[in-house]
Amino acid sequence: MLFNLRRSLTAVVLFTVVCGFVYMLAGTGVAQLFFRHQADGSLTADGSTLIGQNWADVRCPGHPLGSCVFHGRPDDTGPYAADPATHTSGGDNPLVANGVKGESGATNLGPRSRALFEDTRALVAYWHALGVDPTPDLVTTSGSGLDPDITPADALVQVPMVARATGIAPARLRALIARETQPPALGFLGSPFIDVLSLNEALAKLR
Amino acid sequence: MTFAATLAALVVVLALTWRWLGSYMAAVFEGRVQFLAWIERPLYRALQTGPQREQSWRRYAESLVVFSAAFLGLGYLLLRVQGHLPLNPQHLGAVPPALGFNTIVSFVTNTNWQNYGGETTMSYFSQIGVLTVQQFVSAAVGIAVAIALVRGFSRGNSATIGNFWVDILRAVLYILLPISFVAGIVLVGQGAVQTLAGPVHIHDPLNGVTQTIPRGPAGFMGSIMQVGTNGGGFFNADLAHPFENPTGLTNFLYMWLTLSIPVSITHTFGKMVKSVRHGVALLVVMAVIFGGWVAFTTYAEHQPNPAVAAAGVQQKQTGNTEGKEVRFGDTTSALFNVTQTQTSDGAVDSASDSYNPMGGFGLLTGMMLGEVTPGGDGSGLYTLLIYAIIAVFIGGLMVGRTPEYLGKKIQAREVKLAGLGTLAMPLVVLVLTAVAVSLHAGRSAALNAGPHGFTEILYALTSQGNNNGSAMAGIAANSAFYNVLGAVDMLLGRFAILIPALALAGSLAAKGVAPASSGTFPTDSPMFVGLTIGVVLIVGGLTFFPATALGPIVEQLSHGRLF
Amino acid sequence: MVPTELGTVAGLGPQGTGSSRARGVAQARSLFDRQILGQALVGSVRKLSPAMQVKNPVMFVVLVGTVVTAAEAVAHPTGFSWSITVWLLLTVIFANFAEAIAEGRGKAQADTLRRMRSETEARRLLADGSEERVPASTLTRDDIVVCQAGDIVPSDGEVVEGIAAVDESAITGESAPVIRESGGDRSAVTGGTKVLSDRIVVRITAERGKTFLDRMIGLVEGANRQKTPNEVALTILLSVLTIVFIPVVVSLEAFGHFAATSVPIVVLVALLVCLIPTTIGALLSAIGIAGMDRLVQHNVLALSGRAVEAAGDVQTLLLDKTGTITLGNRMASSFLPVGDYSERQVAEAAQLASLADETPEGRSIVVLAKQRFGLRERELGDGHRFVPFSATTRMSGIDVDGRAIRKGAADAVKRWSTEQGGRTPADLDPLVERIARAGSTPLVVAEGPHVIGVIELKDVVKAGISEKFEAMRRMGIRTVMVTGDNALTATAIAQEAGVDDVLAEATPEAKMALIKSEQAEGKLVAMTGDGTNDAPALAQADVGVAMNTGTTAAKEAGNMVDLDSNPTKLIDIVEIGKQLLITRGALTTFSIANDVAKYFAIIPVIFEETYPQLKALNIMHLHSEMSAVMSAVIFNALIIVALIPLALRGVRFRATSAAAILRRNVWIYGLGGIVAPFVGIKLIDLILQATGVF
Repeated sequence: MLFNLRRSLTAVVLFTVVCGFVYMLAGTGVAQLFFRHQADGSLTADGSTLIGQNWADVRCPGHPLGSCVFHGRPDDTGPYAADPATHTSGGDNPLVANGVKGESGATNLGPRSRALFEDTRALVAYWHALGVDPTPDLVTTSGSGLDPDITPADALVQVPMVARATGIAPARLRALIARETQPPALGFLGSPFIDVLSLNEALAKLR
Repeated sequence: MTFAATLAALVVVLALTWRWLGSYMAAVFEGRVQFLAWIERPLYRALQTGPQREQSWRRYAESLVVFSAAFLGLGYLLLRVQGHLPLNPQHLGAVPPALGFNTIVSFVTNTNWQNYGGETTMSYFSQIGVLTVQQFVSAAVGIAVAIALVRGFSRGNSATIGNFWVDILRAVLYILLPISFVAGIVLVGQGAVQTLAGPVHIHDPLNGVTQTIPRGPAGFMGSIMQVGTNGGGFFNADLAHPFENPTGLTNFLYMWLTLSIPVSITHTFGKMVKSVRHGVALLVVMAVIFGGWVAFTTYAEHQPNPAVAAAGVQQKQTGNTEGKEVRFGDTTSALFNVTQTQTSDGAVDSASDSYNPMGGFGLLTGMMLGEVTPGGDGSGLYTLLIYAIIAVFIGGLMVGRTPEYLGKKIQAREVKLAGLGTLAMPLVVLVLTAVAVSLHAGRSAALNAGPHGFTEILYALTSQGNNNGSAMAGIAANSAFYNVLGAVDMLLGRFAILIPALALAGSLAAKGVAPASSGTFPTDSPMFVGLTIGVVLIVGGLTFFPATALGPIVEQLSHGRLF
Repeated sequence: MVPTELGTVAGLGPQGTGSSRARGVAQARSLFDRQILGQALVGSVRKLSPAMQVKNPVMFVVLVGTVVTAAEAVAHPTGFSWSITVWLLLTVIFANFAEAIAEGRGKAQADTLRRMRSETEARRLLADGSEERVPASTLTRDDIVVCQAGDIVPSDGEVVEGIAAVDESAITGESAPVIRESGGDRSAVTGGTKVLSDRIVVRITAERGKTFLDRMIGLVEGANRQKTPNEVALTILLSVLTIVFIPVVVSLEAFGHFAATSVPIVVLVALLVCLIPTTIGALLSAIGIAGMDRLVQHNVLALSGRAVEAAGDVQTLLLDKTGTITLGNRMASSFLPVGDYSERQVAEAAQLASLADETPEGRSIVVLAKQRFGLRERELGDGHRFVPFSATTRMSGIDVDGRAIRKGAADAVKRWSTEQGGRTPADLDPLVERIARAGSTPLVVAEGPHVIGVIELKDVVKAGISEKFEAMRRMGIRTVMVTGDNALTATAIAQEAGVDDVLAEATPEAKMALIKSEQAEGKLVAMTGDGTNDAPALAQADVGVAMNTGTTAAKEAGNMVDLDSNPTKLIDIVEIGKQLLITRGALTTFSIANDVAKYFAIIPVIFEETYPQLKALNIMHLHSEMSAVMSAVIFNALIIVALIPLALRGVRFRATSAAAILRRNVWIYGLGGIVAPFVGIKLIDLILQATGVF
């Protein structure tokens, strides 16, 4: 027993070094060497293409509805929330999700949750006020609370709103959406999606 | 269509993996693969052991328990003092005592239940030096126990079942490390973060938002957490987080990695007992149940979310999108969560809590079947073998012979140990759930009201009792009460099955091998497969039917009601 | 010659085992003999004592549950709680009843045997040669007793002097007397048997109270019945299935509280009793006792239950050729002339030579000649002399009317005719060789110097035996024929009989070696034997069936005794062993499968108040909460009674492959077990509803 304990302590140190530090430092080294951009978080000047942002508070001069950009999913308790009085942070800001500062996560509201029903109803009303008939993605939150993407359908329903605010012809916007749509990996893994940050960066160039 | 293609691709890659990895693992544990002997030898010397020094099942179990206990102690210590250790760019303080205890138990038992948010609680040092290490070690321990049990079948009149130290070292060096490393590179290439540089602050001129984006060595942690069927990710959102699971391809890769060892080990079993057909029989048991659950759960998730529908949103094309990521979609997300709940991995790429009642039922019951379809690394096989022994016993009686499995007579001692192994999980889960719902500290943690709240609690204790680690994450389980209750749940769920499995290995190895004849219940036949499926479903079904009736089933039947 | 003949006749025994002739021990009793039923009813109440119940964990839980509901009924008396209490108690009583009824059959048989034992008186021979009369029960080992015609043999022993015909029908049920003589393999006598003729001196070999009769009484009564290995294993499994449902039910109370509802304790107990495997738990020991009883019905005494189970596991059967595979005697099958003789001339000479030959072979020659050529047995005058068979001459014959006719082994007869100046015909040797190669025995017939022809004596394989072996093969059992014959003869017979393998020129050592090598491969071996030299092999075999006609040594070495001394019965024993296990397995499956319906009956109704939507699960549309619970409990109790006949008779066994047996049983008892309670519970619910009780 005592011998086993001593041997176990040796093993604990060995495994900690090999499986923890050697593995992870070597991994980080290789990653930084070959995939620096990805390993650092796929950063652009405006943020990360992998992390969703709040596009709801963008003020476009002369357009009170603030819709001169495409919106992402209504993650977290933003201005779309059921109770606008409680919103203090901005939309799908990844730093505020699931009520815990700085943590990723979902709302975790159950499928027959009254809160989910009320949130959703408020979101539908919000979109209707913007003149958009929302798709399910636009009124439901994601698993991570910082979904960077929307589907082409989600973008297309926002076209009239963005066109009205920016004055860009809907056809051009639709072409932009088509250009920004990324196919599923290898053509079949997952769904086609649009990265909202890239889309809005491209939109900004159009303007 | 893309879902069907995904499923087909998964079947194909797994078939290839089964063939290659399965026989490779057999070679590793039979000592036929030697290319890393130059690393092995000094390690054996340091541990004063070696392949020639075989252990009885008692010695094997003792080594395992002492080793795990040592890791529990050291891990707890490191979590408590992380504030004074390096690799802590966010200057995070000590992990609180109850949480630290729950966390280290969780990782040592291969559960990876997380009562903490990774990015806000754990320093890089803790993530690397404690959590990642356990993701290797706990998986290796599971594999070692499974291999020891397989040796019980493949050996005759033997007093020993292998050497624990050799088995875990080989599992780590030859299997877990290489696969995780290669997979880690692919994951980072796809966009997973891998840096020790700490969070980044960015101001976006397009919308005026300033973000603080947490980062860390998530890619290489992600690969071992899936290869080791651990499931505890770097970030709170786990594999829904785009920094861990950036694309449809990584999502697929994660599923593949999770399933590869538990599935392939049936081939290893077949190889080692010299009857690949027997391995195939177990594989079919796993595949049939798994397939059924995938069909059921993905169908359920393709239905509209009732609360969202009540708000007037038509979800015909999209299915239930609440808590799901756009890049994965509803059905693939459901497939992903089913693979993770049935492998004891427990990672999620979508919020289980927001699944439709029957979708959640699919995830919950997938765990309630005892994590055997295909279950965790090693633990899936040894638990399934325990169920198979029960099936063989009943089937053997029905053909009028003392039951035999692979020539080993299943007698009182085997039935007793298999009985213990089957009994442990339902007993622990039910009793602890009853305790939780009876006390205010337990009841008040549920986020959702009505039957869904009950489901959250039941899910939490089922997940920990099965060493799964997935959660209906609305539950506020980071309380002293749940931290301790969960730790008990995880320890019993792991060791109350693992130790009988080792005892079984010892008892079987000591027996002689009886030859099969046409009077023997054929244990590689469709009938055996059917009977074993029956035992798995019946044991799970009969023990958990009342509980699920009061959770997801009632919720499903509550048409038009909100809670 | 004559005495041994008688011995073999009895040794052959009846061919079938299901014959309806009167039996000694195994008097056929109907399954529900009125007297047994009465005793069983009393017994089932007496067995309620917790000390007895605790041996059966499943029923013990039911008993504890009954106490709990009774306490609850006393505290809060309602018709419902009392009804549940009564039915739970009935469940336990039904289980006891099943066991009592199984035991009752054995008890009745034991009583008959006991009566026989108590009345006997012995004449003990003292050292000075005088006799004294003592009660049989006082005899001990190495006492010497005398038995004369009309005496009952007082205890088990060995004949040390004399020869006598003994009626063993009291033990075996076989009415034909057998011969017992000193020395050799027929020296054992059994206490309780009756000497019919002559006088024998017997040395007692059994200790006081440990005679064969005592052992038999103990066995049929099941007094010191121990659980067999598989029964122990199954009891463990049933305990697991009982323990697991305790938290299921207890936690349900807590889960109910979460949903703001409270489940009455009576309902919880009722649910628990319905879920634990009471059906198999109640019938398990009855199945075991009935299995032993079935062996007794077949006139086989198993000295341990373990042996019965081992019989089901047997993979290799060693069968003696003589008496098991063949009728035991060679029969003349054809007359083959040599030289210029005709077949009829051979027949005539052979018949003449066999007239005085009372061996079965001799008689068969006479009969064949009559059948073939209508040759009648001739009345012989005074001028004839029989020449008996002897081991030195190896032939027999007759001298009559100046003719000297001999028949016998080829070389012996050839030598004899050459000595008379004859010449061996050229076609004789090839003919003899051909017959031998075909597995038959050639007897050469000669008259003086002239060799006339050959009688072919054939081993006659028992009718239907090859089908039996075919069935064995399907069951995965290898049959090995054991014979003293040479390999050539043995192989020919083996082929005709359809056995898998042959051990020819078998010596006891070779037999032993065969058993050991089979066992080394992990196989279980069964064999029969009767001689003292069989004893080591009988002890080595996993199932050793000693013939009752055999020696004491053989009977003590084996773990079963066949009172009919019919070696073919080994096959029946294997089937009984399998049937025993199958019955247990099938009822276990049935019991577990039942739970599905019981859940659907009980769970929806107990939460109906809080969650009316669960009504959707009440697929049987049971009337009310109380009637649903009542119906499930009543069904659970009645199914025990309904299955008692099955438990006692055993599940029908078919000799076929394991896969086929399994498929059949899974369908009947697995699927049937799921469906039956749906129907039963609904019916009971309808009745309860009609009577307006609940």
